[in-house]
Amino acid sequence: MARESLRKRKTKALLRRAAVVAVILLVAVIPAIPIWMMYGWLVSQSFSGRVILGILPSKLTLDNWRFLWSPIKMGEKEYPNIWPITMNTLFLALGVAGLVVMVSSLSGYALSRMDFKGRTGMMQFIIALHAFPSVILLIALFVILNKLGLYGKGFMTLVGIVLIKAGLEIPMATWIIKGFFDAIPWDLEWAALVDGCSRWRVWRSVILPLVLPGIGAVSIFSFLSGWSEFLLVFTYVAQEEYYTLPVMIYHMIGEFIHIDWGMLAALGLFYAIPTIIFFSVSQKVLLRIYVGGVKG
Amino acid sequence: MARSIGRRLLPLLFLAPMLLMIALAWVSPLVLTVYLGFTDLSIKNFLAFVKDFFTDKVSITLDNFRRIFYAEDPYVGETLRVTVLYVVSVLSINAIYALALSIAIAYFTKNELLSMILRVTWLLPRITPGIIYALMWIWFIDPKYGLLNEMLRLMGVPDSWLPDSWLLRKPYSQMLMIMINGYVGASFGMIVYTAAIKSIPPDLVNAALVDGASEFQVARRIIIPLLKWPILFVTAWQTLSLLSSYEYILMVWGAGSGQGYGIARSAGVMVWSLYSYTKAFAEHLYGYASALSLILVAIGLALIILYFKIFGFRRLMEPSRVEV
Repeated sequence: MARESLRKRKTKALLRRAAVVAVILLVAVIPAIPIWMMYGWLVSQSFSGRVILGILPSKLTLDNWRFLWSPIKMGEKEYPNIWPITMNTLFLALGVAGLVVMVSSLSGYALSRMDFKGRTGMMQFIIALHAFPSVILLIALFVILNKLGLYGKGFMTLVGIVLIKAGLEIPMATWIIKGFFDAIPWDLEWAALVDGCSRWRVWRSVILPLVLPGIGAVSIFSFLSGWSEFLLVFTYVAQEEYYTLPVMIYHMIGEFIHIDWGMLAALGLFYAIPTIIFFSVSQKVLLRIYVGGVKG
Repeated sequence: MARSIGRRLLPLLFLAPMLLMIALAWVSPLVLTVYLGFTDLSIKNFLAFVKDFFTDKVSITLDNFRRIFYAEDPYVGETLRVTVLYVVSVLSINAIYALALSIAIAYFTKNELLSMILRVTWLLPRITPGIIYALMWIWFIDPKYGLLNEMLRLMGVPDSWLPDSWLLRKPYSQMLMIMINGYVGASFGMIVYTAAIKSIPPDLVNAALVDGASEFQVARRIIIPLLKWPILFVTAWQTLSLLSSYEYILMVWGAGSGQGYGIARSAGVMVWSLYSYTKAFAEHLYGYASALSLILVAIGLALIILYFKIFGFRRLMEPSRVEV
């Protein structure tokens, strides 16, 4: 009798475990198959000579990477050389990162440490901006870009885009870096102030070195968001030589008739390199930021 | 005296660069959108307008809103339907499917390695640059080179159900739109939920297990109730960003001929925000496009105020906190 109930209980536990495994398979593993296939394809296609069915590479070659040393041709159309385009992308990403870090490390400190009228109100305003989807403003920003005389001006248009993109990122960056300032004990500052440092000196030589991790996180994050920026460049830049990598890839996909999957995959991988590197180095901090302005 | 003035000025000095940038990138376009929505700005009077914002070549009018609300633009109704379909279905993937996914990954999967592999996999869609994500989908659904149809065939879906083009055949293109955005949304939800699940005190779960609860009971009676705030947060946040997000749709369906604006419409994936974008940058009807945007701005502001009311300031900032 007792034996039987034990066996019954065992089968029950086993069934339950099977149900759990089934849920894991059904919910998390099977729907993930397309993701694995897509990334697997991207990598193997970029080194394969033939268009392959499936994700197994065949006819290994570096031919798809020829854009690194020769001009790109797809069908009749010739695209600008990859390196100036990469430089444009890099300029955009570095410009955004630099500007965002400079501005937000100042404002984050003020919001974290200084007492002034309207401090709470300003923080709420920043959060509201952070929640507000900025793509809606694309049309008005286009008018502003024109007003500033930066539209259709080649390189200066990119400068305008850096300004706009940085401005859009700043509320969130300020909030993140404020979190890092909040985590530093007040005592350090007091000690420096008592010793006769000015507020500015304290910020520059005592506090700033301590929030370097925060500054690192914000600069990586804004670098990546500048690096993957698509809409602003796609909409505002008309001249091909000032495209960035994502916009060029977009236009190459558009050539449906002459689509060269191998080269597109290679180019895509080339473009993803910084994202892959930064993510594998600092994923923990970045993840928290990606969720949306959580303290660092 | 000088000291106290300095004290008052100092915060302003630290904040000035930020305020300047916010004025440039947020406040002035917001104000301008409101103004533009009431004008007939188009390619014809654009240059005059850029020179002088109050030129008499641009007239102030309510026509834009009449066209939207009295359905004088025959396309508004369909755009609205597509938008509702898009937001509601992607949102349910975001909030509900991602919840099941996170419980499966962070609680059911006891093997650390497997759990980590799954987490990284489900992260990929969100962190991949958009254009590469779009490129991979365009390949994946390609009827000739891609694998989607092949996979579905293997799973026993009859040939007659499979479309010759996922991009153009209507119910399929809309399913595709939901899938593309759904994977990214599931990614987002998973990040928030797994962090929250990890922060649940293990004692609670263990106590229930000792009392003989099954894994499913633990999930339903303990984990889900504790994730109340994260779930609300994800829903709120994603509603707002879905209403205005069209980047992936533009990248996938716009990648055709003639700037590709025609494809999104005939494929039935023209959402409200993309429609506004098209009106502005393909048809150059800036005034009308701004009026369309303005409706989204109004909805957005209303939602933000609502969220401040529901969540309060603190909770809005700490999405993954669990209240035990």
